[in-house]
Amino acid sequence: MLEFLQFTLSGISFGAVYAAVALSLVLIWRGTRILNFAQGAMAMFTTYIALEVIRGTGSYWAGFAVALAAGLVFGALAEVTVIRPVEGKPPLNAVIVTIGLLVLVEGLAGIIYGGQYRSFPAAFTVTGLRAGRSPLGISWFDVFTVLAVLAAAAALAAGFRYTTAGLRLRATAFDARIARLLGVRVGRVLTLGWALAGLLGALAGLLISPSTFLYPNSMDSIFVFGFTAAVIGGLDSPAGAVAGGLILGVLLSYAGGYLGSELTPLAGLVILALVLTFRPDGLFAGVRLRRV
Amino acid sequence: MSSAALSVGSLAAGYGGVLALKDVSLTAAPATITVVLGANGAGKTTLLRTVSGLVRPRAGRVLVDDTDLTGRPPEDVARAGVAHVPEGHGVIAELTVEENLRLGAMSWRRDGRNTGRAARAAAVAAACDRFPNLGRRRHKPAAVLSGGERQLLAIARALLARPRVLLLDEPSLGLAPRAVRQVMELISQLRAESGLTILLVEQNARGALAIADQGVVLSLGTVVATADAGTLAADVALRHHYLGY
Repeated sequence: MLEFLQFTLSGISFGAVYAAVALSLVLIWRGTRILNFAQGAMAMFTTYIALEVIRGTGSYWAGFAVALAAGLVFGALAEVTVIRPVEGKPPLNAVIVTIGLLVLVEGLAGIIYGGQYRSFPAAFTVTGLRAGRSPLGISWFDVFTVLAVLAAAAALAAGFRYTTAGLRLRATAFDARIARLLGVRVGRVLTLGWALAGLLGALAGLLISPSTFLYPNSMDSIFVFGFTAAVIGGLDSPAGAVAGGLILGVLLSYAGGYLGSELTPLAGLVILALVLTFRPDGLFAGVRLRRV
Repeated sequence: MSSAALSVGSLAAGYGGVLALKDVSLTAAPATITVVLGANGAGKTTLLRTVSGLVRPRAGRVLVDDTDLTGRPPEDVARAGVAHVPEGHGVIAELTVEENLRLGAMSWRRDGRNTGRAARAAAVAAACDRFPNLGRRRHKPAAVLSGGERQLLAIARALLARPRVLLLDEPSLGLAPRAVRQVMELISQLRAESGLTILLVEQNARGALAIADQGVVLSLGTVVATADAGTLAADVALRHHYLGY
């Protein structure tokens, strides 16, 4: 029973990170109908930047803030420079461009920072929490991870719902042609979407790297799990992405805990295959308002 | 020339290798309704799309109040004062009625009038008062509206943009007869009360000519007749040949 609780709690903590990656993919998907294969690589790079800043200044939070800002800037830059030319073109063009970006960013990280594994600090202690004398299998940093992702998701949801920019983002996601006819500068809206996605990715990199180490490919598997979470949620739904991340995190934690941790990646693929086969619109797809 | 609110000169446009518009010229005076008639494939929808920037012209000019908008992207054309209600109304079903309306009032051009947040909220509230069927459901998704109500919402949203020129693409398509009358009445009221210049594409030629000042008949991408609405309605040969009634 205690084991089950431990697996569940640590699954929620990892799931929060998958949720952040999933949310960033959904933000981009909704606006541009592009799956950004470089999302994980960009997050890896901003985490290296955080590491440099933390070493330079001695402050974890300075590195944290700079990485988030860098994610924002990289996301916007990626949209303006390499994505803009393939928007509205056949989907394969965008796939090739974002895979190219992935290879470029990981290559650059290798050249600049080298290929060795580096440890990345956590914001809070990673010593396990206990309830009475029983270890819970999670730390304060895990609690922080979940709270940070939920706060980011809530801030995004509120921004979408209550701000003018949020309304423009949603209108563009639902019908870019109509948005343009109403005077919405869709190009800027898409840049904003990519910037926010970059920020979420950077957050995911900061939260996961204390447990995975940091190296040029360190975010690859996190990207795959984030994508799986987004698919579970339906790719189009921010709330679904968060739920999908948490569900996937817990399921993978059970798979790793009860069946053996070497099976975790395989379990991720099995879940992805099952969802795509039986619920390709996501677990939460309800009545469709619009058939495209 | 300077008296025209909308002036289209020798416009050509198309999709891929096909020219849907070959050579279309028309001028519309301020506060008038111009109805564009013609069979399917005559180029009516392409004409509106080219004016609003959704389709790039291959040749010709589009002027609104003497501002050259030829080939500008749709968001710029909208901000210059051209509101386009496309075929099938273009209401965003997933957004609430109020959000649809707010989108309309989001991109006002600076023309000396108050463009602050409060002014925009007041304009949305006024639209909800004017169209009580919309106001009652302002917080519901637009998906719950009937076809006629969606058309009204699309027109109300276009009006909230404070346009100088309003382009309407088949606003009566698929509506029940009562809703058609309501929409047509609204269109003729708009000209009277706000000095709006309206370019109206309609299948329902008889109903449209009844409220229009001027009619333009298109056939295969060219203008085959331009006259005041009464003359066109009385021209039996033209009616038989191009309008089918």
